[in-house]
Amino acid sequence: MRRDPRDLVRYSASERLNHWVVGISFILLALSGLALFHPAFFPLTMLFGGGTWTRILHPIFGVIMAVFFILMVLRFATHNLMKSADWEWLGRVKEMMDGNDESMPEQGKYNGGQKLLFWLLVLSMLILIPTGIVLWRAYFAFPVEMVRIAAVLHAATAVVMICVIFVHVYAAIWVKGTIRAMWYGTVTRAWARQHHRRWYEEATKP
Amino acid sequence: MATLDITARSATTTASPGVRQHLEVAKLIDISKCIGCKACQVACMEWNDLRDQVGHNTGTYQNPPDLDGATWTLMRFYEVEPEQNRLEWLIRKDGCMHCADPGCLAACPAPGAIVQYSNGIVDFNEDHCIGCGYCITGCPFDIPRLSKKDHKAYKCTLCSDRVSVGLEPACVKTCPTGAITFGSKDDMKAHAADRITDLNSRGYTNAALYDPPGVGGTHVMYVLQHGDQPEIYGLPKDPAISAMVELWKGIAKPLGIAAMAFVGLAGLFHYVTKGPNEVSKKIEEEEEAKP
Repeated sequence: MRRDPRDLVRYSASERLNHWVVGISFILLALSGLALFHPAFFPLTMLFGGGTWTRILHPIFGVIMAVFFILMVLRFATHNLMKSADWEWLGRVKEMMDGNDESMPEQGKYNGGQKLLFWLLVLSMLILIPTGIVLWRAYFAFPVEMVRIAAVLHAATAVVMICVIFVHVYAAIWVKGTIRAMWYGTVTRAWARQHHRRWYEEATKP
Repeated sequence: MATLDITARSATTTASPGVRQHLEVAKLIDISKCIGCKACQVACMEWNDLRDQVGHNTGTYQNPPDLDGATWTLMRFYEVEPEQNRLEWLIRKDGCMHCADPGCLAACPAPGAIVQYSNGIVDFNEDHCIGCGYCITGCPFDIPRLSKKDHKAYKCTLCSDRVSVGLEPACVKTCPTGAITFGSKDDMKAHAADRITDLNSRGYTNAALYDPPGVGGTHVMYVLQHGDQPEIYGLPKDPAISAMVELWKGIAKPLGIAAMAFVGLAGLFHYVTKGPNEVSKKIEEEEEAKP
């Protein structure tokens, strides 16, 4: 649906679906993972039908997320290659955070911060998927020394990933007019021109 | 049953009910006296009413080949040469060591699934077990096993049910040579000292008590003829909770929570102090004005 015929399409329906599957499985993974990470969060197991169900479901959510995350990476990787303008943008991120973003370097579909976040998420998943398999005792039996290392890496990386996702979600809330791109795929021209000028110019080229 | 004498409880951050203090107990296994008859293994099955699968002969007397959800103690047979050309057939009764500093309990994420009583027994409460197997990851002795039947973790209870009513563990009661004894930890250490003196006089100059300090001592101890080489009995030389497990279950937890709380709050405070990043009115009007 286009609320306004002049709106710009940022995400196709299948890209949005892909993002939602990853997002939902991430939330389920974070909640069930935190439940087993610290006793303070153990009551979260009640959301999944108890401790045993949490233990059973967590790795299954993990498989779903892994598959759809890889799919999403294949779709978006080329848009997220770091260019020199991105590093410049990151060097001046303080101005952006102060809300003075008018003079920030021109950005394409994604800015330096979004691209960095993308690669941090890829790196996190590259650690979380194999270590998660090592910890999955229901189906795998790895040497105990390996399981111990995997447990530390899995927990530490998950903490980093949760923090990175906090930043991702907050950025979407903070920059008004962004979240609709996740819902119905379009953004206003003014939004695009302010935040992603180069992408705006490409998308509005007659 | 006994719930007022708990010194430690898994995944619990407050004090456990522990007003009742019991004498610290220990089981002493004197390997020099063991004849490998497996009566202890049978007594364990009998008392705990467990029947493991009838397995296959793997070429040694060791059967079943490994500990299991239904085999909580196992005679392990080792043919070794502690000195050149001197073959020895070492037989060790394997099972939970009941560490004073239990790695399983440290690693367990389920509140109360693993408890340590004031008498030193480390016990699993399978009704709280979620079957994750973290206890196996935490154990320096490779003892707990996930049952194939119900996917819960099991191990030797040191017959906590018998000990709580003043009986010795089933394996101790049945041992025909007196190789397994049970009593207060102090008495067992004294008994071990006598045994070591005797073994020394018989030429086993390195005979020693295995009560590894790296795990705070254990409540199952061994008298080893070759105390300088616990590895030949399949025992770790200096067991301790792995540094990885300490990291995972120690500093990572508060640090992880602090990091997540910091980032979450930083976002909220940023919004409150800087306000939302709105599309500028000017750009909006310019875009509206375009044909």
